[in-house]
Amino acid sequence: MIRQVIAIALLAVFGFLKMPAERSLDAAQRQSGLRGTALNLDLREKVGQLGFLAALSGFRSPLAAFLWIEAQNAWEQTEWGRMAALFDAVTTLQPRSLLYWDMAAWHMAWNASTAALQDTSQPSEALRIRNQRQYFRLGRDYLERGIKNNPESFFLYRSLAVLLRDKFEDHCGAGEAFLKASQLPGAPAYLGRFAGYELAKCPGRERAAYELLKALYDAEPGGRKPTLVTTLKELEKRLDVPSWQRINSKVE
Amino acid sequence: MMSVQVAVIARNTFTELVRQKIFYIILVFALCAIGSSVFMARLTFQEEFQMLKDVCLGAMSVFTSLLAILATANFLPKDLEERTLYNLLSKPVPRFVYLLGKLLGIIVLLALFTLLMSAVFGLVLGLREQSVLAQTRAEFHDAPEELMPALAAVKAATFNANLLPGILIIYVKSVLLAALTLFISTFATSSLFTVMIAAAVYFIGHLQSTAREYWLQGVDIKWWTRLIVAFVALLFPDLQSFNLTDDVIAGAPIPLSTFLETFALGWVYTAVYFALSALVFAGREL
Repeated sequence: MIRQVIAIALLAVFGFLKMPAERSLDAAQRQSGLRGTALNLDLREKVGQLGFLAALSGFRSPLAAFLWIEAQNAWEQTEWGRMAALFDAVTTLQPRSLLYWDMAAWHMAWNASTAALQDTSQPSEALRIRNQRQYFRLGRDYLERGIKNNPESFFLYRSLAVLLRDKFEDHCGAGEAFLKASQLPGAPAYLGRFAGYELAKCPGRERAAYELLKALYDAEPGGRKPTLVTTLKELEKRLDVPSWQRINSKVE
Repeated sequence: MMSVQVAVIARNTFTELVRQKIFYIILVFALCAIGSSVFMARLTFQEEFQMLKDVCLGAMSVFTSLLAILATANFLPKDLEERTLYNLLSKPVPRFVYLLGKLLGIIVLLALFTLLMSAVFGLVLGLREQSVLAQTRAEFHDAPEELMPALAAVKAATFNANLLPGILIIYVKSVLLAALTLFISTFATSSLFTVMIAAAVYFIGHLQSTAREYWLQGVDIKWWTRLIVAFVALLFPDLQSFNLTDDVIAGAPIPLSTFLETFALGWVYTAVYFALSALVFAGREL
């Protein structure tokens, strides 16, 4: 019995000694983007008691995979509301997974919105359009939350830009999002061009678009795409650029 | 002399464990769980690979932890029941050597188990990758300039360098759990009691960091709540430190220094639990 008491006391001493090391490791892991998921009451409500227990025990990712498959089943049944609830749970469990945010946004803004517009059970076209726009906003919300959780990745900025361009026809927003995406590590070169194309359609941002596209035009003689050249020529006219500053290229 | 004794006990322990049905049952379940992920509903290839990694690494984490606790909990009760412990300790074999041999046996078994599951995981992932690559080549047959980026996207979605440290951390966590279970079994009265306590410690260990921060932040809480969280923070291991695979699957890289610190912390825990086991077991009446 005495030895057991001594062992517990030694364990407590070890607990004191290890605490600074554990806290520093915890901080280092969080700084590296690890252990970032908040296991709180919000998650508890989304995944239920058993799911929360599984998440607490270190099985977040298998649980997220399971719920994602559930969401696929909901998709097959076109249960859009259930899908959104499952996507909320999955993205809460795995907020660092870009794929989940991106696919959730795509399902809502493209699939659910189209289904809402073609919903034959809703006779009012105005209401169908309103429902469609709600799904657009839901898709945008996923991407914006995903970006908050993964600000260093170009991937979700690109998806947000595409959504703003294709669904909201918000060229200013799309241009800014493409621009932000193009400045992040690993971004493909076309994102810079796309930022220029969208900003060119944004009132008041033509000068920024021109400077961006001109810089790309000068930097990459081999990459002078037809759209880049055409957009630059249009901007030159609209901005009244002096003729000696204008580009000479024909569309290559 | 002692190292030879440790090696002999470790080898015998390993052989005994490999012969136990529990090893094969857990192994078959683990391999089925990993292997079956290949038959999952056809999703996009990124989704499919994400699911595959989620399920496989999750299964590896569950089954290695399960094996570590179940196999270790049985050591002392079994040796006492079969009286092999008395035969062994009647010879000039110190008690800590016996425990060290047992612990090394399970550590080797866990390494083999992790290796087998990793091999199956790698095989399943590799086969799916080849299949998707072949499909991509066929689909982009008419657009050769698009082919290279598409193939690169498939490759980027399958293997990444962080999977290896992720698997090593799953292994070191299972070793820690084995040492912890060994410590519990030195004062436990039955293997069932050991398993139950080890399982409870497993769950509490995942909340330890929350309790620690609650305690250290000095928020306005009652003295007895403070006492409980201090108890949890001091006596239980922080198992959340070893739960990095969820983030690894999501693509978060593990910096080398963080990996090495986590890995070393696992072995420090193991050494401390082993020392405490030896302390308690040295005074145990047999």
